[in-house]
Amino acid sequence: MTDEQRLYSIWVYLQAEPLFWLTLTIGAYLAGDFIYRRTRLFPLLNPVAIGIVIVSAVLLLFGIQYERYFDGAKFIHFLLGPATVSLAIPIYHKWDLITANARAILTTVLLGSVFAILITYALAVAFSLDRDIVLSLLPRSVTAPIAMGVSELIGGIPSLTAIITIVTGIIGAAFGTFTLDLLRVREMSARGFAIGLASHGIGTARAMSRNQTAGVFAAVAMGLSGIVTALLVPAVVFLLGI
Amino acid sequence: MLQGVFIIFLFQLIGEMVQKYFDLTIPGPVIGLVLLLLALLLVDKRFRSLGDRFEKGLDTTSATLLGHLPLLFVPIGVGVVMHISALEGHLLAVLGVIFIGTVSSIGVSALLMQTLQLRGKRND
Repeated sequence: MTDEQRLYSIWVYLQAEPLFWLTLTIGAYLAGDFIYRRTRLFPLLNPVAIGIVIVSAVLLLFGIQYERYFDGAKFIHFLLGPATVSLAIPIYHKWDLITANARAILTTVLLGSVFAILITYALAVAFSLDRDIVLSLLPRSVTAPIAMGVSELIGGIPSLTAIITIVTGIIGAAFGTFTLDLLRVREMSARGFAIGLASHGIGTARAMSRNQTAGVFAAVAMGLSGIVTALLVPAVVFLLGI
Repeated sequence: MLQGVFIIFLFQLIGEMVQKYFDLTIPGPVIGLVLLLLALLLVDKRFRSLGDRFEKGLDTTSATLLGHLPLLFVPIGVGVVMHISALEGHLLAVLGVIFIGTVSSIGVSALLMQTLQLRGKRND
């Protein structure tokens, strides 16, 4: 076997192993974290976005199917479930702060969710998008499994909704802080709550990594807006006759 | 730590089962979150503490999982990049809707929440 053949056979072996894809994913994220800490220049340069770009570049460069990558990376993906459940613990620790703000929380989640749905509809119509894309866009602010279920219910395209939802999360995580600084919202609870409401898990992850109070309020907003949106979107579709 | 992992997995499992059984749109882990929170609040109210071992176990496990929460979104994020062609000619319009919609929703919700909080404080 020549050296080249030996390298090739190692590469073939590695591609089939979860270890390679797990190492790549964590490495890309750490690189993103490093670049983010060093630059802090541009909001799009956050650790998740950079990590995603690095991994995607590797896959495209070597012509790897996403399914093959995900077969390895699914072990990281699996942890999303337990991580979601474990949000109960910081929420429990800050329970007094949450009950003290109960009225503001409930009002904001209701009006904020209505706003998110209506602005999405108005913009989608303004950009003259097709009806099935409009329907796929409506539930985009909430966590992907809820959004996909709602999309299916109202006649959207669930897989398209999944993509739209993730992009919403990344944009919320990337530009949320910047927007809130611009509007001079200083209260950590209000900052986190707005990010969780409008950009679900990815926004919550970002809030949690910056401030615990913001993270807890983001998690509460994500859960509540998920439920409210699941009920509101079908009602809006019916009332507006979309 | 192992107790913490066990409790969290157990509640996710219960959540997934509830979701499947009642065929709900709310995902299993979110149901698990709500049930675990209720359990913690109930135990807390009844015994005034969770017991050191469980409390520590849950705290370390959740801190570990939540410490690098953004990392867990990289695999699906890559999926979006690889499948972005599904948006075909509508890419820019859809991105525009998402960008303006998300940023304005964050702004409106934050300002509303802050106003309500300040008013609540003044009334106290």
